[in-house]
Amino acid sequence: MIAYVARRLLSVIPVLLGVSVLVFSVMQLIPGDPAEMVAGENASEEDIANIRRQLGLDRPVHEQYFSFIGNAIKLDFGTSTRSKRPVIDELKQRLPATAELAVASMAFAAVTGLSIGIFAATRPNSIWDNLVMLLAISGVSMPTFWMGIMLILLFPVTLGVLPTSGRGGLEHLVLPALTLGSTSAAIIARQTRSAMLEVMGLDYIRTARAKGLAEGVVIWRHALRNAMITTITILGLQFGFLLGGAAITETVFAWPGVGRLVVDAIKFRDFPVVQATVLVLATMFVIVNLIVDMLYVALDPRIEVG
Amino acid sequence: MSQFFARSASSGSEAAAALATAERTTTKSRNPWQLGWYRFKQNRTAIVGLVITLAFVVAAIFSPLIATHDPVKQSLSDAVQRPSREHFLGTDELGRDIFSRIVEGARISLSLSALSVSIGLLSGLVIGVVSGFYGRWVDMVLMRIIDVMLAIPGLLLAITIVAVIGVGLTSIIFAIAFSSIPTFARLARGRTLAVRSEEFILAATAIGSSNRRLMIKHVVPNIIPPLIVQTTLQLAAAILTASGLSFLGLGAQPPTPEWGSMLSTGRAYLTSSPHVAVFPGIAIMLVVFGFNLLGDGLLFALDPRSGRRA
Repeated sequence: MIAYVARRLLSVIPVLLGVSVLVFSVMQLIPGDPAEMVAGENASEEDIANIRRQLGLDRPVHEQYFSFIGNAIKLDFGTSTRSKRPVIDELKQRLPATAELAVASMAFAAVTGLSIGIFAATRPNSIWDNLVMLLAISGVSMPTFWMGIMLILLFPVTLGVLPTSGRGGLEHLVLPALTLGSTSAAIIARQTRSAMLEVMGLDYIRTARAKGLAEGVVIWRHALRNAMITTITILGLQFGFLLGGAAITETVFAWPGVGRLVVDAIKFRDFPVVQATVLVLATMFVIVNLIVDMLYVALDPRIEVG
Repeated sequence: MSQFFARSASSGSEAAAALATAERTTTKSRNPWQLGWYRFKQNRTAIVGLVITLAFVVAAIFSPLIATHDPVKQSLSDAVQRPSREHFLGTDELGRDIFSRIVEGARISLSLSALSVSIGLLSGLVIGVVSGFYGRWVDMVLMRIIDVMLAIPGLLLAITIVAVIGVGLTSIIFAIAFSSIPTFARLARGRTLAVRSEEFILAATAIGSSNRRLMIKHVVPNIIPPLIVQTTLQLAAAILTASGLSFLGLGAQPPTPEWGSMLSTGRAYLTSSPHVAVFPGIAIMLVVFGFNLLGDGLLFALDPRSGRRA
């Protein structure tokens, strides 16, 4: 187990380095001189040259990359060209809001998706199975921002319950979490149903039934555990979708998270913020997938041997 | 209703077994494509998906003929009118006909997603086939690059690319194309690995076919079916991403009648005139729903083993 964890941890390093190279390279491709952008319109040539030196832009590209990665490890992502504050302060302020939204959405998606998937798989080809699967494919097809707008139209506007925007108590979290989690819930439901149906057709399930075990025990103790391997993979991948999708949901509900931060940063060409946000979110995604891999071993000890 | 989803049912289901028997008796001497079409026709959900998709494609191609008004012509005296005989789906905040804008939006959304997914498919196909065919260090280097691209969530990767290229429809096309490369590359590589050790490849190698010929003439035709399925699903995803980026103000700019940007401006009139935001949303959902049903149907028709699982 320890060897597996160590091997898996080591495999993350090249991916993270690759992400840092990608993010750094992408920002190098941005047209225009970053020093001029920082200096502003009325800056003199001398000012621009000074800023270029301060930012290290006069050094060779590889040196700039090593400096970037060295500073990133120390959580120094430079200064926002828009707010003139350290980027890390902006992130520290916004990350808890996005984390809160992502966790709530994931909890909603996992509970709803798993329940619906198991419900449908235990009634294959029944009217209930078809209905919930139709609902699931509709959920996958629905744009998150439209879902959010429709929820605002239904709850705060028509029924007069729940707030339309902002971050506050639990009531502020309900609609954004429903919006962001609905697509993931639909995907988890479809995958859980497929995985359950596949497992339910295997010999060991027939053996369990032949032994006279109650159907509930067969489903919960025998089928679900194997089906969960697939579902957990999807949960890990969906976390990435939630981090990306947060940009849209946070915009709809004026949620003060990093998703909105990065969208605003692009509009104001605040590239240090874009660079840092993408790097931090990608790192979070890689770490979540690492945790998912660890969970596999806990659920299915055979994986460790492989 | 219970029959409705029967064909996309589970592994080992009676429907699948019955279909397999029917195929054996009715499809003698048919090639795999004919067999796929036969399976596809049996699947009602897939037919529904095909009809919805075709309806939008026809609307996109013939949009100037179908649109009842000029989609960008403003008429402030007709602003935010409810649906009527004159304006089927009402008008927006500038008095523009929403139906005509949605029809014109179909042309923008479908061509944008088709173009971006085609670029992603071709790039992913080349990377995946080369990686799977040559193996060793080529495979290792290319797949590590793909791993890095996969480490950045799709929409975030697209947003990052828009940051570089700038806001607009062109950058959306590149953003979606770039972020769809890993999916196609992984799929093409996996299938290439499976096909590479087949006897017909060994036979072609034995008669002296070059690597390039082996890949183009022998590997690619045999990995096409799963790629077609993935392309359909990616088209649905591309429409969602493109409308999402436009909704955020990073894609199409006014007065272009793109569905996402229409919805974004409609938000301001949600309490007084919800139809301004509701109809573009329904259009996006319907076309994505169509592509998803079509994709599921194609999966079952072209790749029945995995189709039955899905």
